[in-house]
Formats: sequence, structure tokens, C-alpha cells
Amino acid sequence: MSAIHLDHVTIGLGGRRILADISLTIDQGEFIGLLGPNGAGKTSLMRAILGLIRPSQGTIRVLGEPARRGNPAIGYLPQMHRAVAGLRLSGWNFVASAVDGHRWGLPWSGPALRREVDWALDAVDATDLARRALADISGGERQRLLLAQSLLGRPRLLLLDEPLISLDPHHQQHVLELVRRLQRELKITVLFSAHEINPLLGVIDRVLYLGHGQAALGSVEEVITGPVLSRLYGSEIEVIRLGGRIFVMANGHDLERSEHRHDAHL
Amino acid sequence: MLTYDFMRNAFAASGIVALVAGTVGFFLVLRGQTFAGHALSHVGFAGATGAILIGIPALWGMVGFTVAAGLAMGVLGERLSGRDVAIGIVLSLSMGLGLLFLHYYTAYATQVTNLLFGNVLGVNRDTLWSLLALGLVSLAALAAIARPLLFASLQPDVAEARGVSLQLVSLLFLGIVALTVAASTQIVGVLLVFSLMVGPAATAMRLTSRLGTGVALAAFLALAEAWGGVALAYYTDWPVSFCITAFSAAVYFASLLRR
Repeated sequence: MSAIHLDHVTIGLGGRRILADISLTIDQGEFIGLLGPNGAGKTSLMRAILGLIRPSQGTIRVLGEPARRGNPAIGYLPQMHRAVAGLRLSGWNFVASAVDGHRWGLPWSGPALRREVDWALDAVDATDLARRALADISGGERQRLLLAQSLLGRPRLLLLDEPLISLDPHHQQHVLELVRRLQRELKITVLFSAHEINPLLGVIDRVLYLGHGQAALGSVEEVITGPVLSRLYGSEIEVIRLGGRIFVMANGHDLERSEHRHDAHL
Repeated sequence: MLTYDFMRNAFAASGIVALVAGTVGFFLVLRGQTFAGHALSHVGFAGATGAILIGIPALWGMVGFTVAAGLAMGVLGERLSGRDVAIGIVLSLSMGLGLLFLHYYTAYATQVTNLLFGNVLGVNRDTLWSLLALGLVSLAALAAIARPLLFASLQPDVAEARGVSLQLVSLLFLGIVALTVAASTQIVGVLLVFSLMVGPAATAMRLTSRLGTGVALAAFLALAEAWGGVALAYYTDWPVSFCITAFSAAVYFASLLRR
């Protein structure tokens, strides 16, 4: 049984085709880096796997079952909203709000809930961190809380949407190593979206690159090449490997880097 | 002080309303929707004056208009977020409408003052029972939606993925806010609702980062500020609403000085 299986999937959003007739299979236990230019559909693909967007054609199967909203086998890390990041509310309460959060009633934190939250915080080394207010911790520390939240309910598939955004290289490495360790210890499948391939090198098993409605899935050597990326970007792309790093260039400037910078200012 | 009937009613009414306003206000501040609360109170002004014009109790006109407006805001939901201009224009229109209704109901200048700035010393037994009912409904409804409300406020994307309807939660919450606003205006009036709904909650959030403690502290501060205001007004003969706003502001600014 595969972790994620897309069978001739087409996803349209606001009259625009984001993915066109995509078929691919991601096996259980794989660590997949999800890349592509802004607007290529990285978040939309995750939302489709979560059952929040219905494909106009084709079927998506998650761990053998059709994609559906509220699937407890999926853990999801979206980007934290800026207003929430400024709240003077403890990290513990933030993470705990996700436990059974879909049920009506009062949010009593019983012993079972406390154990689950403490386990998730411990898994990402955030137990001490969680006592402090969201407003008082750094962006990297908030990412660890979000990661803890995504582990609640012991999911078998993690969808991590840009966990490295606006983190410095040191914190990026820390988050990546943490996810890699959790993925191995808990034997889960990870779909990890990012702007840049370089931090992911040596960590991911395969890369899924989206662009122009198309997708390429394979090893870094297979996918990050001039011909494949030229097809996905719809323009001439040159790939330069230099000292263990990869530069994706269009007309002499570094594509991934410029997009990363652009987004950090949003 | 408590030998007077109107003082006993004032303490009871302001106590009920403060507990509800502090609790509901905590979630309002948490969600960053304080402006919506402010706007709802102004919409209530049109409802109250309209009710006076056609001869039904102002409180029920207020409840009708605020709840309708609150539900409308909830339905528009995301499309309305960040639309401060649209909310502001509806807010002004409501005050204008209120003025128009009063224009046709010439006799009452004191009514305007009472609606705008509150009149807790004029609360009678009937109003007291109405406030108790409004308060109980608000708190019961809040208790029923508290868990998904918290989830949707803190982690909307994850909540949506787990199957929480963000729109339904927002709709129900703004309905609760509308009821609380209507009750609060009876104490501090349309213009000063912030002092009971936002001041204590914002203060509580500065003083603790724990959720349960924060909610309890917001309710306690609202109660203390409301009763303190009523008592201060009794001894000084200053308007009650002024005294409550003064306590609310003083406590909030004192909390800013901490650390």
C-alpha cells in the first residue's frame, strides 16, 4: 500500500489549472522534498491530499483510502498566522488546542490529553519552550511547536508546508534534522515543501518538483536537471552543481534564491 | 450603599454583565476581532432607538440588531476580514440611523445619553432578569463551542483539515458576541463597550500566558472593575460609566508597566 497515490489528477483553482493529469506514487516511509516556483501548487497539492480541495479529475488515495477531510492518519503543518505568532498565549495551550479540537464542548485538558501533548512536545524537544508565550519565542521555536502539533494523534503521513521559511541556515538545519529523526523513529512518510533544494540535499529520499501544471518525481540527480526543470518552468533553465550545492539558473540568475527572498518579505 | 434598591440592582446587573463580557471578551481579543465588537455595539444603537420609536423595550431592539449584524459578519467571514472600511461605514450608518429614529421620537434627550453612555443605576427588576437570561445563554453557547472556537482561532488551517467548519464557528461566536454586546450596553452604553469586553481581557492576556487562568482573570477583572466603578460612583457622584472606564484603563495601563 502506498502512502500517497495520484491517478490522473487535475486540480483547478479559480479557473487556473494548477496540476494537469498528474499520476504518481509515494511509498510509505519516504521523505519527499516538494519543490517548485511560487504558485506551482505545492500548498494546493497538500490541501488536496487533506481533502480540502477536490480534484476536477482523477483520484487521490492516501494510505489506501480515498482522500477525505478529517483523516486522522495525516499530520499537517501549515504556516503560522502572523496574528497568532504575536499572542501572549503559552505554546502548551497552542499545541493542546489541536487535540480533539473538532469536537464541541469545553476544552478540558484531562490526563490523556496532557500525556499526548507532553509526548508530542518531548518528541521535538520543546517541553521547556512550551511554557513560554508564543510572542516571546523565535520563529524557529514556533516551527517546533507547529511540528509537535502535527504529531498529535500519531499520524502516518506528515504534510509540512514550508517549515523552513524565514529561518536562518542554522535553524533550517535543526528543523530538517529533527524531522528526519522523527520520520525514522516513528516510521512515517513526510512530504516537505521548500523553496530551495540545497538545505534538503542529503536529507530527502526523493524530490517532487511541480511547475506549469506538471510534476517530476525522482532522485535529486534525475529531477534537478536542465531538461526536466526547463519543462517544468516553461523556459530555458540551467542547473549548475558546485561544491556540493545546486544552483538553478535562468538567464544567469539564481531562481530559487530570488523567490525565497521575495517570499520572506511578504 | 446596599440599602437602596437601585444600588442592589446596579451591583447585580453590572456583575452579571461583567462576568459574561470578560469571558467572551477574552476570545474576542484572542481572535483579534475587537473592532467587530465595537461595530456591533454601534449597530445596536440603531436597533435600540428603532425599538424605542415603535414602543418595545430598547434592550430587545438592541439584541435583534446586534445578533442580525453579528450573524451577517459571520456569514461574510473571510470576505470581511481586513475590510475595516466596510465595517466602519456600516458603523457610521448605524449611528446615523439611530439619530434619525430619535429625530422622529422627539421627547427623549436622556434616552440618547443612556444608550450612548449606559445607565446602570436605572436598571429595574425586569431588565435584571433579561440580563441574567442573556448572560446565561451567552455563556452556555460559548461553553458549547469553546473547543472548536479555540482550535479555529489558533490554527485555522489545521482545524479546517480536521473537519471544523471555520464559517460555522465564526458565525456562532459573533452571535454570542452580539448578545454580550447588547447586555454590556445596558451597563456602560454603546460607546464604552470596550471597557468591559476588551480592557479586562487584554489585561489578563498580558498577565498570564495560560488559557484557563487568562479566561478566569479576564472575568474577575471585569467584575472588579465594574463593581469598583459602581461603588466609586456612589461615593463621588461621578457617572458610573466614567468610573468603570477609568478602572478599566488604569488596570490595563498598569499591566503594560509590568516587565
